[in-house]
Amino acid sequence: MPTATKTRKPLGDQGPVAEQFETMGQQRDANRLGMWMFLGTELLLFGGLFGAFVTYRVIHAEGFAEAAGHLDLTLGALNTALLLTSGLTMALTEQMSRAARPKATFWLLVATIAIGALFIVIKGHEWYKEYQEQLMPVLGLPFSYPGEQPEQAELFFNFYFVMTGLHALHMLVGLGVLGVIATVAWRWRNPPRIARQVQISGLYWAFVDVIWVIVFSLLYLSRV
Amino acid sequence: MSTPSLEQRWPRDHYLSGGFRLRDWLLTTDHKRIGWLYFASITFFFFIGGIAALLIRLELITPGGDLLSPDTYNQMFSMHGIIMVWFFLIPSIPNTLGNFLIPMMIGARDLAFPKLNLLSWHVYTIGALFVVLTVLLGAVDTGWTFYTPYSTLFTETAVLAAATGVFVVGFSSILTGINFMVTLHKMRAPGMSWMRLPLFAWATYATSLIMILATPVLSITLLLIAVERLFGIGIFDPALGGDPILFQHLFWFYSHPAVYIMILPGMGVVSELITCFARNSVFGYKSMVISIMAIALFGFLVWGHHMFVAGQSMYAGVMFSLFSFLVALPSAIKTFNWTATLYRGRILLTAPMLYAFSFIGLFTIGGLTGIILAAMAIDVHVHDTYFVVAHFHYIMVGGMVTAYLGGVHFWWPKMTGRMFSELWSKVAALALFIGFNLTFFPQFILGYLGMPRRYHEYPADFQLLNVMSSLGAGALAIGYLLPLVYLTWSLFRGKPAGANPWGATGLEWQTSSPPPKHNFVQIPRVSEPPYAYRNQDQETTG
Ligand code: HEM
Ligand SMILES: [Cu+2]
Repeated sequence: MPTATKTRKPLGDQGPVAEQFETMGQQRDANRLGMWMFLGTELLLFGGLFGAFVTYRVIHAEGFAEAAGHLDLTLGALNTALLLTSGLTMALTEQMSRAARPKATFWLLVATIAIGALFIVIKGHEWYKEYQEQLMPVLGLPFSYPGEQPEQAELFFNFYFVMTGLHALHMLVGLGVLGVIATVAWRWRNPPRIARQVQISGLYWAFVDVIWVIVFSLLYLSRV
Repeated sequence: MSTPSLEQRWPRDHYLSGGFRLRDWLLTTDHKRIGWLYFASITFFFFIGGIAALLIRLELITPGGDLLSPDTYNQMFSMHGIIMVWFFLIPSIPNTLGNFLIPMMIGARDLAFPKLNLLSWHVYTIGALFVVLTVLLGAVDTGWTFYTPYSTLFTETAVLAAATGVFVVGFSSILTGINFMVTLHKMRAPGMSWMRLPLFAWATYATSLIMILATPVLSITLLLIAVERLFGIGIFDPALGGDPILFQHLFWFYSHPAVYIMILPGMGVVSELITCFARNSVFGYKSMVISIMAIALFGFLVWGHHMFVAGQSMYAGVMFSLFSFLVALPSAIKTFNWTATLYRGRILLTAPMLYAFSFIGLFTIGGLTGIILAAMAIDVHVHDTYFVVAHFHYIMVGGMVTAYLGGVHFWWPKMTGRMFSELWSKVAALALFIGFNLTFFPQFILGYLGMPRRYHEYPADFQLLNVMSSLGAGALAIGYLLPLVYLTWSLFRGKPAGANPWGATGLEWQTSSPPPKHNFVQIPRVSEPPYAYRNQDQETTG
């Protein structure tokens, strides 16, 4: 538990600057720019997938729209709400860490992690349901689709599993990072450093949110 | 600048002094040492890829298939292409010379993220070794392009492992690109404004931009192939209504820009060499910068010229053809500017300058034949023939590898503190130029006459030209092996170079050779534009 006595260490103390930099300001700018660029590359990674999906969505408009109707919109929407909420708690974490408030920082991080984990659980449940309904054309599992165009539907579900799977993978990485930062925040040794780390990982978490919103709109919302 | 006699003394403390245990290398975060790590890795891969190439050329001496079976032949050109493109040429100049020079050229102590830099090397080397092993053992036969549906549905070779490995190596590219871009944005010394950056730094900037914009798309494409082979999740499977042409679009969306990853750094190097040995400021600095950036950005609009006959719509073809013509313009501007820089310069025919001249000549031929290929009607005739093979080798090998060697010779005294044999280096440069043309010029003719690429047999009529090409490959091999010998020799016996043996401008020449651990004793202040050669003999020191 972070103790109250360590709380109000002033943020003027910036800690040691890494040897390749001249000032802490330069170091902070560099880290932030690096993270933004990294997120740009991540966006492009998903961008290739989105581009491919949209192409097929246009070519096989009917089959895809119908297949989308077989996804669980309620669970998808619930997950969207959850993830956006975790975006809020993460943003608050950032504020609290900058205000040098260890308790609030720590517990908000825990809340973010908990909501993120819940998202994964719901996602897993959804996948399990699809597996039971034989809508999981993976590893040669049987795929029996009740609708008109089973081939196109299979293509749709292929995309569905790749997209949600890749997103879930990013979530897991994010959860791992947040877990590490939560332990660091618990100890509360170097507040300015924690504030910087929270900011950088907050960027990543926001990115995972944004990607989900796109995935959700493409897969769940563009139905008949 | 201090007096020559002082500078001739070997610096007491430098980045190579102390620390020759394995862990001082494998765990170093010094960008200069990491540059050396890359040198070691890419040289190793270059020679493996080279052996595959020699086997191909040996097979093609006779019209019949006698040395290699058809399957082995397919594996050879796949291995050659995969290694040369991904594990040699893409990291070549940026990760070796770029690593070594970028911080020094802008007056910084290191890259912005030294640990990330080390991680890039580990990721690259482990990934690449993994691929080489799987390609050797698993007999990958798809070519470096991994076209679907052959790669996903038909071939029974280790495509999954190879694609995964190339995917992993892509992360190294991305991390390096981010590192360079952040460094160039945030770590320039006082007074080093954007318009004072050496062109090599600009070229590295543009290259990094392409690396981070294009590589992720290749990553996802390879991932989709891996997923299709591993889980049976068909994204490109025609039976489901999937489209193999989509794969080609995604692949070339990366791989055409990637060909500029494989030439821009060479252009950067040549700009440094030409200015130094013409003792002249570069002609049209601004237009050079604009051209570099234009190539990087417009290079993203032309990928469809690889697919004129693959079934894309005619209108798409027309647009891609038009943009391809346009993207040749900035390259032409650069070529004119190099030539104009020579005008009224004091030209010194050193070995690096010979490499630079080779570059200009060979790159021009490669670029002009690119324009021929970008004309749709002609491409229908020469697509997938040796004409294409000759075109891209003129640029990638004649251009980029030549520039790479020129750069290595130019900065060798800085990196090692030693000079190499003048005579032998000129012999090597000449062997390269002659060997290269003998190898690849006949291939233009072969292709134009209709010899397709990627076959292990051919009609007897084509034999003479093929024999010429194979002989040339031998001469070329000598051109590549010689530097290995005399450069290694110079490490031990070369005479001390001093800080600035060529009399070059640029911050990297203002510090001792080899440089101290953090490059500069004091961070320099910049008050001059680059290439302030005053068209006269610069004082050379040492
Ligand atoms: C002057 C600008 C250029 C133009 C207009 C151009 C045009 C083309 C065209 C139209 C093709 C396709 C030919 C075919 O497959 O039928 C092609 C192939 C190729 N070009 Fe270029 N090119 C240019 C510059 C470059 C550069 C700078 C590089 C590399 C450093 C390069 C590397 C390649 C490669 C590797 C291929 C063959 C890819 C394959 O099928 O394996 N090109 N080029
Ligand atoms: Cu191209």
